[in-house]
Amino acid sequence: MDKVREKIKTKGLLFNIEHFFDRYKVIISVVFAVVALSVPFIGLSRATMRLLVMIGLYSMLGMGLNLLVGYTGQVSLGHAGFYAIGAYVCALLQVDAGVNFWLALLIGGIVSGFVGFLLGLPTLRLSGTYLSIVTLGFCEVVQMILKQWESVTYGNYGVRNIPKPELFGFTFNQQNGGFYIIILVLAVLTALGCHFIKNSKTGRAFIAIKEDELAATMMGIKTSRYKILAFVLSAFITGIAGGFYSVINNGYIEPTNFTFNISILIMSVVIVGGLGTIRGMVFGATILMLFPEVFRFLNEWRFVIYGVLLVLMMQFRPQGALGWQSTLPYRLSKETKKLLEKKKAAAEDASRTK
Amino acid sequence: MHALIGTLINGIALGMAYALIAVGYSMVFGILRLINFAHGAMYAFGAYMVYFFVSLKLGLLPAIMLSILMSGILALLIDKVALEPLRKKKSIPIATLITTVGMSFIIQNFLSIEYIFTSEKKGFPSLNLFGSFTVGNVTIQSSQLIMFVVALILLAILTLLVNKTKIGLAMRATEQNVKAANLMGINVNFIISFTFFLGGATAAIAGALISGYYQVISPTMGSLIGLKAFSAAVVGGIGILYGSVVGGLVVGVAECLAAQYLGSNVRDPMAFVILIIILIIKPTGLFGKKGISKV
Repeated sequence: MDKVREKIKTKGLLFNIEHFFDRYKVIISVVFAVVALSVPFIGLSRATMRLLVMIGLYSMLGMGLNLLVGYTGQVSLGHAGFYAIGAYVCALLQVDAGVNFWLALLIGGIVSGFVGFLLGLPTLRLSGTYLSIVTLGFCEVVQMILKQWESVTYGNYGVRNIPKPELFGFTFNQQNGGFYIIILVLAVLTALGCHFIKNSKTGRAFIAIKEDELAATMMGIKTSRYKILAFVLSAFITGIAGGFYSVINNGYIEPTNFTFNISILIMSVVIVGGLGTIRGMVFGATILMLFPEVFRFLNEWRFVIYGVLLVLMMQFRPQGALGWQSTLPYRLSKETKKLLEKKKAAAEDASRTK
Repeated sequence: MHALIGTLINGIALGMAYALIAVGYSMVFGILRLINFAHGAMYAFGAYMVYFFVSLKLGLLPAIMLSILMSGILALLIDKVALEPLRKKKSIPIATLITTVGMSFIIQNFLSIEYIFTSEKKGFPSLNLFGSFTVGNVTIQSSQLIMFVVALILLAILTLLVNKTKIGLAMRATEQNVKAANLMGINVNFIISFTFFLGGATAAIAGALISGYYQVISPTMGSLIGLKAFSAAVVGGIGILYGSVVGGLVVGVAECLAAQYLGSNVRDPMAFVILIIILIIKPTGLFGKKGISKV
């Protein structure tokens, strides 16, 4: 009996927290915005600022992959490929064609999204593990093209002298907190985008595909179309993140910045934070970026510990640190609410006339 | 012309060693539907164990034997410690995948710790035991020949084991249907652990053979070769032993030809190019059977 009561209590706590956040979400967002925007002015060290930028970047990458893995259930091990495409398109457009950073960033995202479309096509024939394998191969092939196509990508030498982004004469860089502001805006936009996608018809279709593809087909969801859409959206976000990475990495990118290990790192962010949640991506990115910094005193042991932590995490909390199911009541759309009210009214009318 | 034949011989010898690693992936995947990302690290571990026992002046052959045993036990441990509890809890597949990634992290970084082996590359005893000999215009190194012959014999033994023995029958049964196999009185967990042991042992042998050929080892040497061998397994049809051999040979030869005629940057991704093409044309690989999913 005590155990049951305890369970209800703990469930109640989660509900209370979620309810609190839901009720005061306007105030909380304002406080968050004020705190987040004041960070560059409180005089943090350069290393801390860089860490914050990396956390923002990996939150964004996590959210991109989460769309595909967390919502749609398609496991991709090749997101470093999209990341590389976004970075290279953005960097090369700036260096060789003199395109403005913001436009180049967008084009990088679009090109990456288009490649996502192409890679999404095999999803019609492949599923599960085989799909993961193709994405893994895709990542390696992107590496090969970057290394081999020297006339365009500069091969192993990498792209150098990538200019810093500018807007109305203001140059964004690490020192003045400009990078931080850019990634803050990008990450918040991505989070909002993901939030709206999740609560839209598209998002529900994604989740239906993840839960049971066959049942989703039976409910009239065009699964192949939605799977490709998930790939495109995910690749687009990852491409934008890549474009941003190309300017923050001391104006220099090379093919080895985008290896299979990066794919695994992005995947770890998603898994550690909590599959299918947005809060989890920020948390996962924070943990994984902080880890090597905090445990610096362990020297080489820290990566052994990192592996141990991953294994332990999967044993005891495979849904991720913040990967709980929401306990709040399901939010209906306005149209559905109207329909329900109409039905209610009609039922009342009917009972009155009786 | 003899440059071409030399490249082919090189490719075939390497391909057989790839096949040996691929078989390990294939067996585990066949039973658990799991990409064992720790397999590449196990290959590196095997090579390092040989290096370690050779440095203890045990002689090459006993060192290899001990390394096989150690790697097999390591694979067994990974299964018992990390994967079996997940199976019992019926975890989501991605949790198992990440667990093997974590395991490969542990092994790889353990090997590169300063007090143990350090992250630097190390020289490995050559397997070029009988020098090299010339047939016509083509020179064959004895390490290539040893690689080919040993891998061939082992693959033959494995095939016999799987197809002719009782434990092989149990392995095939488990592969087809875990639940039904369990009902027929097969100790499924033992079979899975045994499969992992075999995988670890073959990875260690492949590690010794390939390192003996290149004569250099490093802690991260397993990751790329692991992925390549995995592609080889998929190209041939994962879960099918002779498929892994064909896949390994295709990847090995294609790789050497690409390095010879297209440039060294093309060498490593060649396996993945073949993989993607094959999977798009025939999603189950060259010899793969089509699985029927029931509702």
